[in-house]
Amino acid sequence: MKIHEYQGKELFRQAGVPVLEGIVATTPEEAVAAYEKLGGAIAVVKSQIHAGGRGKGTVRDNPDQKGVVVCKSSDEVKAAAAGLLGKTLVTIQTGPEGKTVNQVFVEAGCDIARELYLGIVLDRASSKPVLMASTEGGVEIEKVAEETPELIFKEHFDPAIGLEGFQVRKLCKKLGITGHAAKAAARFMPAICRFFVDYDCSLTEINPLVITGDDQMIALDAKITFDGNALFRHKDLLELRDLSEEEPSEVRASESGLSYVKLEGNIGCLVNGAGLAMSTMDIIKYHGGQPANFLDVGGGANAAQVTEAFRILLSDPNCKGVLVNIFGGIARCTTIAAALIEASQTVGFTVPLVVRLEGTEVEEGRKMLADSDVDIISATDITDAAKKIVAAVG
Amino acid sequence: MSILVDGNTKVICQGITGNAGTFHSLGCRDYGTQMVGGVTPGKGGQNVEGIPVFDTVEEAVEQTGADATMIFVPPPFTADAILEAVDAGIKVIAAITEGVPVLDMVRVYEKVRASGSVLIGPNCPGLITPGSCKIGIMPGYIHNPGKVGVMSRSGTLTYEAVWQTSNLGLGQSTCVGLGGDPIVGTSFIDLLARYQEDPQTEAILMIGEIGGSAEEEAAAFAKANVTKPVAAFIAGRTAPPGKRMGHAGAIISGGKGTAEEKVAALEDAGIVVAPTPADMGDAVVKAIAKC
Repeated sequence: MKIHEYQGKELFRQAGVPVLEGIVATTPEEAVAAYEKLGGAIAVVKSQIHAGGRGKGTVRDNPDQKGVVVCKSSDEVKAAAAGLLGKTLVTIQTGPEGKTVNQVFVEAGCDIARELYLGIVLDRASSKPVLMASTEGGVEIEKVAEETPELIFKEHFDPAIGLEGFQVRKLCKKLGITGHAAKAAARFMPAICRFFVDYDCSLTEINPLVITGDDQMIALDAKITFDGNALFRHKDLLELRDLSEEEPSEVRASESGLSYVKLEGNIGCLVNGAGLAMSTMDIIKYHGGQPANFLDVGGGANAAQVTEAFRILLSDPNCKGVLVNIFGGIARCTTIAAALIEASQTVGFTVPLVVRLEGTEVEEGRKMLADSDVDIISATDITDAAKKIVAAVG
Repeated sequence: MSILVDGNTKVICQGITGNAGTFHSLGCRDYGTQMVGGVTPGKGGQNVEGIPVFDTVEEAVEQTGADATMIFVPPPFTADAILEAVDAGIKVIAAITEGVPVLDMVRVYEKVRASGSVLIGPNCPGLITPGSCKIGIMPGYIHNPGKVGVMSRSGTLTYEAVWQTSNLGLGQSTCVGLGGDPIVGTSFIDLLARYQEDPQTEAILMIGEIGGSAEEEAAAFAKANVTKPVAAFIAGRTAPPGKRMGHAGAIISGGKGTAEEKVAALEDAGIVVAPTPADMGDAVVKAIAKC
């Protein structure tokens, strides 16, 4: 689960990670009031969307409007907020369709001496969290990783212990941080590692992390993703979820225990198991088709889930045909067949349907489908299924 | 021979009194697995259709001599259940549970690796030595005793692969579902080493997917250490970057973990890569012919 920058900074503040004063606004008037309340000459108006690259991103149809604007007067704040709120911001991470800006964060300015990068992720290779820091702050870290990987410094840490003092000193040496700023780092870096662990994050990224003219270390950004599997022990975080940032059909699917990702093609896929679902997409493409989605109904799919899955697939106007590929393990083919028959009655199939069943209770399942009046094209194996659906959607 | 489990393996189920635990414990027993007991705290002394239930794993091991376990407890308690099994000296631990917090697994991983136990999963179908011992949720009948060692990060895709090798008359030595999470107890490399040593295993089929670098690491290991024929398939060639494809581990991030990179690394190691999921069995046949 992702949250907005302003929400992340509030959590940072509570965790003792230094941030600047800021106020979230949903109208230009609120933004101006926020600016006046902050009381400084300079403030930054930042669009709040669940995607990075906002500083370089621009509003669609208005390339002069950047996603982050430095303002020196209430008129400038008003203009920036008006230029962003309700508009679609396109950044390197949003894709061409962009994301709607519903809120802006008005943040106090500060005297920036240096911009660094700091990120914490789980390193799968070592099965430990890793703190990554770089002198190349404020730019795309993916680019740094590709072009100058020697400028990214890493320290792994044990979640039970946190970042050790010597690890901070190693990083400061490599980043060229000395004096009072090093003392600030000795507080900041362990605190942000503790934050990552305490909140069960899968990503905590601060880009840029700044050192101010008076040697403070401050998080100027907050990009946080929480491990969805750990939300049961962070119930308060659920209030921070912004459903308007998520694809409605994906939200609907997750409510039914389905794993669904919308794609650009026209062949709907209904598969049990993530690996098989991915492979089904692959083989559709191999035979010249384009999958409209990834959809995993899970190992223990029941009739209600399969029916809901069909509703979601058929509600996509791009979907011109559906391929059902089930290898029954826990999920029995008879359950899937019964659900298919029920779905045809309650949802109604308006597009060609190719069904490939294999695994537990397959003979009974196939017979149920054959004896029903559901109009399906049955397939014998995964290649046959892919060829038939590609042919059916033309 | 086989790897990890065989007809002598004595298995318990942690979480046996839950719906899934009961259903699959009975399924494993029906297959022929020696299901010697189960564990549910507070329900010791009961039995599940004749399988005795204990309060702790320690007690179950003392009473039954169990050396393997399959775990069906809910995600918040899975890490604890794994550690309890390690503590009791269980040799093979299959954690079937899906949805375990990843930082829980960071904590568990170190302890399991430092012990003499082998953890399979979490978020996996389990493992099976066909005809001898099934520990997990896979449909038993698609398997046949034979010569291919099958290892995979995915569940149902493994069934697909097993089905193809059965239909080609190759059969399987031991099939292991490693699990779809970012941190799992056992890697492809761990199993490559075991398959290489196992006389029954004559060829190895590795089923990977996008995300992480486990396949690249396995390719490098196989090139240096494995003399048996190896075939592979990578799921997710068409997956777009940044989108999580069901498995928590299956995501292309920062341009890393793409199928192209993995296929290139595998082919460089002399591994036959199946172009589509329909060709996994054929890839094994080709790999055998090539060696």
